[in-house]
Amino acid sequence: MINSQGRMHSSYTQTYKIQGGNIYNAGKASTEIKKILKQLGIDSTIIRRVAIAAYEAEMNVVMYAKSAILTFEVTPTTIKIVVDDEGPGIPNIELAMREGYSTATPEMREMGFGAGMGLPNIKKNADNFKIDSIVGKGTKLLIEIYIN
Amino acid sequence: MEKDIHSIKIIDELCDGHMTCMRVCPTQAIRVRQKKAVLLEDRCIDCGECVRVCPNSAIVPLTSSFKDFSKFKYTVALPSPSLYAQFGKNTTPAMILNALTKIGFDYSYDVACASEAVSIAIQEYLDTNESPRPLISAFCPAIVRLIQIRYPNLLEHIIPIESPMEIAAREVKNIKTKELGLKVNEIGVIYITPCPAKMLSIKNPPRKKHSFIDGAIAIADIYSTLLQILSQGNGAGDREEVRGLGLGWPIVGGQVGSLKAEDCLAVGGLTDVIRIFEDIENDKLKDIQYIEVHSCPTACVGGSLTVENPYIARGRVLRMLSKYGSVPCQDREKIRTLYQKNFFSLLGKILPHPVEPLDKDIAMAIEKMHEKQDTYDKLPKIDCGACGSPTCMSFAEDVVIGRASFDDCIFVTMKKFEQISSTLLETVLKHSQKIEGNLEPEK
Repeated sequence: MINSQGRMHSSYTQTYKIQGGNIYNAGKASTEIKKILKQLGIDSTIIRRVAIAAYEAEMNVVMYAKSAILTFEVTPTTIKIVVDDEGPGIPNIELAMREGYSTATPEMREMGFGAGMGLPNIKKNADNFKIDSIVGKGTKLLIEIYIN
Repeated sequence: MEKDIHSIKIIDELCDGHMTCMRVCPTQAIRVRQKKAVLLEDRCIDCGECVRVCPNSAIVPLTSSFKDFSKFKYTVALPSPSLYAQFGKNTTPAMILNALTKIGFDYSYDVACASEAVSIAIQEYLDTNESPRPLISAFCPAIVRLIQIRYPNLLEHIIPIESPMEIAAREVKNIKTKELGLKVNEIGVIYITPCPAKMLSIKNPPRKKHSFIDGAIAIADIYSTLLQILSQGNGAGDREEVRGLGLGWPIVGGQVGSLKAEDCLAVGGLTDVIRIFEDIENDKLKDIQYIEVHSCPTACVGGSLTVENPYIARGRVLRMLSKYGSVPCQDREKIRTLYQKNFFSLLGKILPHPVEPLDKDIAMAIEKMHEKQDTYDKLPKIDCGACGSPTCMSFAEDVVIGRASFDDCIFVTMKKFEQISSTLLETVLKHSQKIEGNLEPEK
C-alpha cells in the first residue's frame, strides 16, 4: 500500500526475543535499537532516553521473566516499545513503581542491578508509559517517546 | 558541511585494492571502489589501524618533515612520553631529551611532568564538580572523534581538562618567548607523535581553537637517527631525570594510576571502548567516576607510528614508574591554585559530528531503512567484502544511498548468470529437440 505521501511505509518495526536469565545477551536489543535510531537521524537526546528505557525493560526481563517479545516501532512522530513477557507478574504495581523498591536477590545487586530504579527510570524517560501485569502470567509494558 | 580534515592519506598510485584496510577499520570508514581504497571522511576517526596494516604502505600519516620547520627561528621537540619506552632499558628519558637537541631541534621539553599536573587537575575536577558521571578522558583524539560521530550523547561526559601536550606546548612557548625575546610565531613546537590521531588534534582540534603545537613528526621517522646518537653514548647532557607519575600516562591504567579517586576504569582498544560507551549510554556506569580510554589496545605505546613492541614498551614504562614514579615533579598546592585560575580548562565546546543519516527527513529515512533491510535480506550475509564494502549490512546501506550498485555483489551477479544460463539451456534444448525431430528419417 502506498500512503498519501507516495511512500510505501509509514513505520519501521523490529521484534526481538529476550530470554530470561540470559545475561550474556542482555542489552543486545537496546543496542540494535540505538543503531537504527542513529541511522534514522533521530536527535541524540531522544536516542538516549529510548536507550535507557529499552535497556531497563530488557534487564527486567532478563532478571525476572521466562522470556519476552520486545516490539520496537518508529514512525516520523513516535518511538514505541512494547515488552510482553511471560513471567511471574507484579503483585503490587504501585509499590514496584516506587524508586528504591526492589525484589532483586543479593546476587543481582552484586552485579549492579536491582537498585529499584528500573521501572521508575523507564517512566521518567517515557512520554507515555503503561504497565499491565497478571500475577503468574506476565507483564506488558508500553513505552512511547515522541519525536518533536 | 565543511570538509573534514584528516591526518591520514591514501596514495592512489600505491593502492592495489587489497581490502586489508577495509576489513580492519573499526568504524567501517573505508570502501574499495575500482580497486582503490576510498575514505568515507565523515566516519574516519584517525585511529591509524589502516596505516598499520596496509601491505603496500599506501596509507600514510600526514606528519611533518624537518624542512617544514625552517620558517621558525627556534624549534622545540615535545616528545610523547611513549618515546621514552622505545629504547633499551639503560636509556633514560633525560638521555632522550638530550639526544633530541642533537638531531636538529634547538630544545626539547618533557610532557610527562605536564601529565602529572593534568592528573592533579583531573582529581580537582572530580572532587569539586557534579557533572554527569562517569567522566571520560579526552586525551586520545581518536576517542574524542569517535564520541563526536557515534556517541554525541556522551560529549557532556568528556572531562573539560586540556591535554598534557597542549599544556606543555603553551608552557614552553611562554618560557622561551620570555627567555629569548622571540615572538610566539617564531618558535615552532613539534610533537613527536606515536599515532596519526595526535596529528589530527593539532591540525583540526575538535573545538574551534588554535593549537599551541606547530607540527608533528612520527616516532618511527626519527627513531633510527635518535638510536644512532644514543648508541654512541651521546645522550649525556645537562637534563635532569624525569620523575613522577606522569611517566605512566602512555600505558593503559597510567592516568587512573596517577589519580586518588576510587571507582575509575582504564580501557584500551576500540572494541572494548565501544562496549563501555554503550553501557554509559544505557545509564549503567553511573557509579564510576572516571574512565581513561584509549583507541589502541595498549594505549600510546602501541600507537601505529611507534617502533618497539608495545608489550616490551609497556614493561619499560612500568620499570620507569617504579624507579622514578614515586617522587612527584609537581607541587600539588601550586597546581591547585593554577587549576582554580582555569589554567587547565578546555576552552570552547566539543561539537557533535554525527554520521549522515539515511535521509534528513525521518519519513524518508524510514523508507530507506526498509529498502536497506530488503536489500540485506537478498545478500549472502557472509561479509566476504568482495563488493568493496566491509559487511553485507554496510553494502546494503551503500546500495540504498547510492554509494554502490546491487550488482557489485558477486553472489547476486552469479545468481543472475545462473538464471540466464538456465533459460538459455532450456531454449537450446527445445530447439535441438525440434531440429533432431526434423532430421529423423521418415518411416
